[in-house]
Amino acid sequence: MEKAIKRYFPIFALPTIAAFTLGFIVPFLMGIYLSFCEFTTITDTKFVGLKNYIRIFSDPTFLHALWFTALFTVVSVLTINVFAFIIAMLLTKGIKGTNFFRTVFFMPNLIGGIVLGYIWQILLNGILANFGRTLTYSGTYGFWGLIVLMNWQQIGYMMIIYIAGIQNVPGELIEAAKIDGATNWQVLKNVTIPMVMPSITICSFLTLTNSFKLFDQNLALTAGEPSNSSQMVALNIFETFYTRTGWEGAGQAKAVIFFIIVAAIAMAQNRMTRSKEVQQ
Amino acid sequence: MKRKVLSVMLATAMTATLFAGCGGDDKTQEGGSTTPAPAGTEDGADAGADAGAADAGSQTASGGSVYYLNFKPEQNDAWQELAATYTEQTGVEVTVITAADGTYEQTLKSEIVKEEAPTLFQVNGPVGLASWKDYCMDLSGSEIFSHLTNEGYALKNDAGEVSGIAYVVETYGIIYNKKILNDYCTMDNAVIASVDEINNFETLKAVADDIQARLDEINDAFGYELKGAFTSAGMDGSSDWRFKTHLANLPIYYEYQEKGISTTDAIEGTYLDKYKQMWDLYITDATCEPGLLSSKTGDEAESEFGMEEAVFYQNGTWEYGNLTNEDNGYLVTAEDMSMMPIYIGVEGEENQGLCSGSENYWCVNSKASAEDQQATLDFLNWVITSDEGRDSMANVMGFTTPFDTFADGYVADNVFIQADAAYTAAGKTPVAWCFTTMPSENWKNGVGSALLEYAQGTGDWAAVESAFVEGWATEYAAVNN
Repeated sequence: MEKAIKRYFPIFALPTIAAFTLGFIVPFLMGIYLSFCEFTTITDTKFVGLKNYIRIFSDPTFLHALWFTALFTVVSVLTINVFAFIIAMLLTKGIKGTNFFRTVFFMPNLIGGIVLGYIWQILLNGILANFGRTLTYSGTYGFWGLIVLMNWQQIGYMMIIYIAGIQNVPGELIEAAKIDGATNWQVLKNVTIPMVMPSITICSFLTLTNSFKLFDQNLALTAGEPSNSSQMVALNIFETFYTRTGWEGAGQAKAVIFFIIVAAIAMAQNRMTRSKEVQQ
Repeated sequence: MKRKVLSVMLATAMTATLFAGCGGDDKTQEGGSTTPAPAGTEDGADAGADAGAADAGSQTASGGSVYYLNFKPEQNDAWQELAATYTEQTGVEVTVITAADGTYEQTLKSEIVKEEAPTLFQVNGPVGLASWKDYCMDLSGSEIFSHLTNEGYALKNDAGEVSGIAYVVETYGIIYNKKILNDYCTMDNAVIASVDEINNFETLKAVADDIQARLDEINDAFGYELKGAFTSAGMDGSSDWRFKTHLANLPIYYEYQEKGISTTDAIEGTYLDKYKQMWDLYITDATCEPGLLSSKTGDEAESEFGMEEAVFYQNGTWEYGNLTNEDNGYLVTAEDMSMMPIYIGVEGEENQGLCSGSENYWCVNSKASAEDQQATLDFLNWVITSDEGRDSMANVMGFTTPFDTFADGYVADNVFIQADAAYTAAGKTPVAWCFTTMPSENWKNGVGSALLEYAQGTGDWAAVESAFVEGWATEYAAVNN
């Protein structure tokens, strides 16, 4: 068996590796190179060294976008995971209509980001119109608008992962805890949560990276208005690339820095939650 | 053994689907030039060669093909039709792709590095040319250049070569509903007795204020459903350019005039108080609350004017087609519409005309093959000299062109263009399009955001001034260092 796997490894892995190289590794390396260049089109570049990286520091919008994104990530990771977990708990109790609710909660996830952004823009603006305001009244409105949107979209997906995790908790463990006189809270804290830690790792990783690199929803919901105060990093990079002649490289440099930050945070998070996982 | 064969087959099937995904869309383009996606040049070249062989007399069947990346979505259908006609007559493949509204730069950036790059694209003026100068072929020897009525319509690079040629001259101002205004003039205590009396900011503001205050009275008397004097000054991306670019042109124009310059690295903002009073007028005497402006789109403003819910609407000649398109079901008719200059309150503005200029320059890709370049030039020449081309440009697209070939009877049937001609004939000075010298898109966005925040009450006018003046210097330095 081992030998067969080794022998057929190239056949099965090659297509994926080829696609991954073409679609990810090559553009990624090109992107790093481009961040040191000045260019209009990516085939016609001029090497300029660290100029683009120096330019970033003269751009206050980037730092603002970073803070905004960080804050957004913290809030959305917490809310999405807490709500998703609560709903998952409710929907594993065997109440009537469980399957129907699971489907309903999962459905928002099937709609694309841009569409969602516009739908929520209409909905929220419809409510705010009663007060003579819109979502782009200030950055705070945009912030909470994005939180609502992301919660609505992602809770269902995370819920499914949590449901799978909760259903895998052995019944004997809970039963044993109950016989020992544990309250519901104690069962949750000392048995269920440690046992679903792998799901928590996955869900927090997914929500963290999704929130950090959020683009479509941001573009459709507020487009960074007013005055870039609801602009997240991905949108900031995009705008840098397209709205100033000669700043394509600076946008690329921002993207490289952004990648390093996201990778570092995601790895730290992964390590942290991994260490809390228990073996069954 | 059987299993091995099976697994190899499976793997092959997987790989095949993978690559099928990449190359699959070519087949869907056999419709030829009218499909809205780039046809492969090979197909194009083949078709051209075949047709050329069949029609040996054709002079243009040199094997080249044309790929035009069109900027104006509203003229997409007309270009597709024109391209098809040309292909039918000469056998030369012409592909027209239109970039979605507001995404031209992005589309061009990605299209031009492709193997089948656009042979014909456009830039919006000196600032646009700065990023595309390496891709613009020198057109000074071309026939279309020789047909220009005025060399000023050619866009020249630093070396003095002709990099772009304007193909449409456009005009904007305040579009107004003549019928409603005339009805208003007949009312008791109307501020004016005739529309012609509006020739400065004070009168315009007095009229707008009065209409806004007496909306119900006007509606009752004449059966309109007016909601405001001006249409909503929407700050959604589909509409904000009317203010951050077009309206902002006026203070810049007057400052340039005063200093006798045509571009600058630092604007002073001497006329910003005029800009403010105009913006105040737009957001106060309007169909909607200022707090709702950020979500108002260009289409909404258009339909407000079209449905006779507003009297004044700042926009340009290009709106004529939409406003008169029967499919839109608008109440306003061509005879009811006209255009007046944007009076912002500058001294002597009684002699100001409409804002005329061009931000649409044709450029031929200097990196395309010689055959494709020639094919492109031939195509352009055909567009501005043949009956079909001239008819399409003047009557279907509704363009006023800067070419002498249109003089004999190909004048666009457009009331706004006629209004412009009338103002020019009356000796009014047209306002030049200085907004092509705005340092970057980022500058416009900064001004637009500040305008919006001022309108909805979350920011003050000082922020607009700062975005306008300091933003100009910052952006100019950022782009030019």
